[in-house]
Amino acid sequence: MNRLNQLDDIIAAISTPLGMGGIGIVRISGQGSVELVDCLFEGKKSLLEKKSHTLSYGKIISRGEVIDEVLVSVMKEPQTYTKEDIVEINCHGGALVTRRILEAVLNEGARLAEPGEFTKRAFLNGRMDLTQAEAVIDIIHSHTDLSRQAAVNQLEGRLKTEVRSMREELLDMIAAIEAVIDYPEHDVEEETYGNMEQGALKLLSRMEELLAKADRGKIIREGLETVIVGKPNVGKSSLLNWLLEEERAIVTDIPGTTRDTVEEYINIDGIPMKIVDTAGIRETGDVVEKMGVEKSKAYAEKSDLILMMLDGSRLLEGEDREILSFIHGKKTLVLLNKTDLDQKISMEELEKYIPKEQLISISIKENRGFEELIHGLKDLFFSGESVKAEDGLLGNTRHKNALFQAKEAMEHCLTTIRTRMPEDFISMDLQDANRALGEITGDVADEEIIDRIFTKFCLGK
Amino acid sequence: MKYEAETIDVAVVGGGHAGCEAALASARMGMKTIMFAISLDSIAMMPCNPSIGGSSKGHLVREIDALGGQMGKVIDKTYIQTKMLNTGKGPAVYSLRAQADKVKYQSEMKLTLEKTANLRIYQGEIAEIMMEDGKVSGVVTAAGAIFRCKAAVLSMGTYMRGRCLHGEVIVPSGPNNLMPATQLSQSLKDMGIQLYRFKTGTPARMLKRSLDFDKMQPQYGDENIIPFSFENTAEDIKREQALCWLTYTNEKTHEVIKENLHRSPLFGGIIEGTGPRYCPSIEDKVVRFADKERHQIFIEPEGETTEEMYIQGMSSSLPEDVQIAMYHTVPGLEHCEITRFAYAIEYDCIDATQLKLSLEFKDYKGLFSAGQFNGSSGYEEAAAQGLIGGINASRYIQGKDPVILQRSDGYIGVLIDDLISKGSKEPYRMMTSRAEFRLLLRQDNADQRLMPIGHEIGLVSEERFLALREKERLIAMEIERVKGLTIAPNTKTLEILEKHESSPIKSGVKLSDLIKRPELDYEKLAPIDGERPELPMDVREQVNIQIKYEGYIGQQLKQVEQFKKLENRKLPEDMDYQSIQGLRIEAKQKLDAIRPSSLGHASRITGVSPADISVLLIYLEQQKRKK
Repeated sequence: MNRLNQLDDIIAAISTPLGMGGIGIVRISGQGSVELVDCLFEGKKSLLEKKSHTLSYGKIISRGEVIDEVLVSVMKEPQTYTKEDIVEINCHGGALVTRRILEAVLNEGARLAEPGEFTKRAFLNGRMDLTQAEAVIDIIHSHTDLSRQAAVNQLEGRLKTEVRSMREELLDMIAAIEAVIDYPEHDVEEETYGNMEQGALKLLSRMEELLAKADRGKIIREGLETVIVGKPNVGKSSLLNWLLEEERAIVTDIPGTTRDTVEEYINIDGIPMKIVDTAGIRETGDVVEKMGVEKSKAYAEKSDLILMMLDGSRLLEGEDREILSFIHGKKTLVLLNKTDLDQKISMEELEKYIPKEQLISISIKENRGFEELIHGLKDLFFSGESVKAEDGLLGNTRHKNALFQAKEAMEHCLTTIRTRMPEDFISMDLQDANRALGEITGDVADEEIIDRIFTKFCLGK
Repeated sequence: MKYEAETIDVAVVGGGHAGCEAALASARMGMKTIMFAISLDSIAMMPCNPSIGGSSKGHLVREIDALGGQMGKVIDKTYIQTKMLNTGKGPAVYSLRAQADKVKYQSEMKLTLEKTANLRIYQGEIAEIMMEDGKVSGVVTAAGAIFRCKAAVLSMGTYMRGRCLHGEVIVPSGPNNLMPATQLSQSLKDMGIQLYRFKTGTPARMLKRSLDFDKMQPQYGDENIIPFSFENTAEDIKREQALCWLTYTNEKTHEVIKENLHRSPLFGGIIEGTGPRYCPSIEDKVVRFADKERHQIFIEPEGETTEEMYIQGMSSSLPEDVQIAMYHTVPGLEHCEITRFAYAIEYDCIDATQLKLSLEFKDYKGLFSAGQFNGSSGYEEAAAQGLIGGINASRYIQGKDPVILQRSDGYIGVLIDDLISKGSKEPYRMMTSRAEFRLLLRQDNADQRLMPIGHEIGLVSEERFLALREKERLIAMEIERVKGLTIAPNTKTLEILEKHESSPIKSGVKLSDLIKRPELDYEKLAPIDGERPELPMDVREQVNIQIKYEGYIGQQLKQVEQFKKLENRKLPEDMDYQSIQGLRIEAKQKLDAIRPSSLGHASRITGVSPADISVLLIYLEQQKRKK
């Protein structure tokens, strides 16, 4: 696939979820879109005669056959999403009809749009800047409502506002130093080292605060990578099913990076989770689960969260102990299932492995303990607070790296100030920080940044 | 009546600081050169401040010298006070500044021109530039003399349709009551060259004996003097130094100005030209910095053979009676007798975006432009451009590639790049903050940066060049030695450390690591460095800087590499910007007009945003893939 497509061809795609909802929309963008659709359209007037941003009623006819009754909106450049001519064909929903209309459009010479390509054009045509385009791509790739919300925040420019305000302060500090340097013969008031140190400290703490949110941001954007462990036949698949039933918006099954793994995205009270190796749990059914200790170990190593299943109605066994000892010290919740039965497990012994707060009693059978599980999760990852989309401000790794660089420059700057290096060097550090922040807001153009972002445009799922 | 006067190689139009450097460079590169000036008595005149150098301007002078220019050599011969500024603020911004004896400076420069082979100075106003097939073919004086030439350098300074103003008095004039150039503007306009109108100004001059210096603070020159020219040593140029004085304006001064603002042509709307924000008139300062209670005023001698004093910091275009009242409010100036009043001057200059980085006009072959006429301000900025203009006019005739300095090569590179990519909207003053790699572009290493270029083009002698190589060898050897030397924590070491309030060492430490401590340096550690060889001052200075700031220098070198990536992405001259989708209309227009040479150059054009650069990057990538 050619990563960089021509801008001068016409692209088309179905822009509503297939088979869902009352109507389906096929969107066409590019110079000549109106003419193209007009060849398929039969209405009172030719589309070419219609004013921009109007709807026309008519039929789509391909090879002499009426495919559907439709409403066609004609939007002429430049006031459109892509800043190109856009035509949208609203048809009667069903997957077959929508797909046939798309096929007809493609037959007329349009090309199937790649995921994110409308946005790519919007960016290339100057409709949005790089950070906004990045946010749209994040929306396309987001798995939960919260991550979508976080991306929307970015689209609205909240991250940019925060970063710009830090840049303003940096520029003020730089200007104060530069004025003294460039006008040595005039009595420009000199910034004292004390003032500069305070200013630098203030900025540094703002950067640190934003960075602290970054980890939450990653969770919000990419989901908490979760693995369910436990000895065979302890009820891991029941847990999975229980979670899946409880959460409100299952997004989709998405094949993961390795062929034998299937990931399941779920959303538990706003916390997006990516549960790995659901295949390993499911394939084997309830009777004998394949996922043994060794495999659990491997997954536990690289996960954000480990959910361990224990049967509270039975005594701890060797395998339980083995698992408990290798998850020791990791972000873990131990779920004591079967609280509906007599509890035989020794809490005393358990607490040797796992802090009390991370032990949660549940009963899948009686549907009890779900609230406690949510609390446990929040305690573990969000210091007990509820999850806010603002936390996702900095979910993007590129942004995080740039902010990290800015933070390092500020730390260097503090050393420069504290060792009383001449002003010029303070200015150098401040400029480094400023440049790094500029990469977030798109005020600094860098070949690598653009490369990095643009590879994302075509990776769509 | 026009007549055929002579056939030459290079015609330099104007004899100011730009013209002098252009003419000398061209003649020294073997070109038959004539430098034209309206009055030969105005050659290398300093119509404003009696000083050379200062923050970032001092860098320019040293770079001029390293390339084989003249300014540094002349000021070394004619200075009356010298000072290194910014010594506490880091080696990158150390800036040399010298008070000049104006008359001596002029005559020294004029004599140099007169003695230079291939060069002739000529009194006359150029009225017309002749073109044939898009190439320069001659210049014509107002008296009708035709000089056929292969290249010309325009360096008319502030003379073009100049008019001087103070209060209601408006006179067509060049600087200092000299004749303006009245005809050339039209000739250039007819060719299709775009002109702007800029303004600048100068303060009053006063008779020394009428000033009360008891009310001012004396300003001394440095004891350890450092020459501008790399050819000179301190001993070569040591002499008695003159005094300058410092005083301040006060609320009374500001009151007088505010009450009479309506009588200033600047605020009355009579002045059309755009003035420099960086060197504002006193009216400007009072209005713009209304909360400032006082402004600094320096009183500087104009020379040793005159009693006239220059009032730095109080340029003005107010009427004479207001000027008298205003100056009289300043401590020490209560009874001042004014010899020349302050005035503002308006003049034609070009939009420098019409030029290439070589300073040649994009649309006129062989026609170069330099100095204040390009929209800059300042003697040093002018001289730097004049030198490059003269060099490239000669190389154009020789059929060689132009000399183009990058922003990472020197302040001259920054200056020219800024002028031709941004197209100054106000007189452009050099500042250290404009140079993004200033730690590498220090005034102390201008010779190492640029002398090889000066040597290659024939403006720096073999002897000078070999001396530079020897200096570099000594620096490298000493750095190696210092990095390898371990200092033991003996009594003497601890004593020296304590003396400089530096924390004691417990085990052996490399001398280079001690030099890096902020409170120490190479010189301070001499007593504990027994094997130190005798080295010249400039070598010791380099060793100190290069070791002490090694980390920061490395950091900046990395930035240069990063910067060069965009610089090296060349943009074809015939690129069709209009057809590139995604560029904003303003960017398309600007790119189309300026035709940047590289992506880096494009990124510095006003009106071209980082988003546009991303679009260009993607476009270039597409083109590459097509092939």
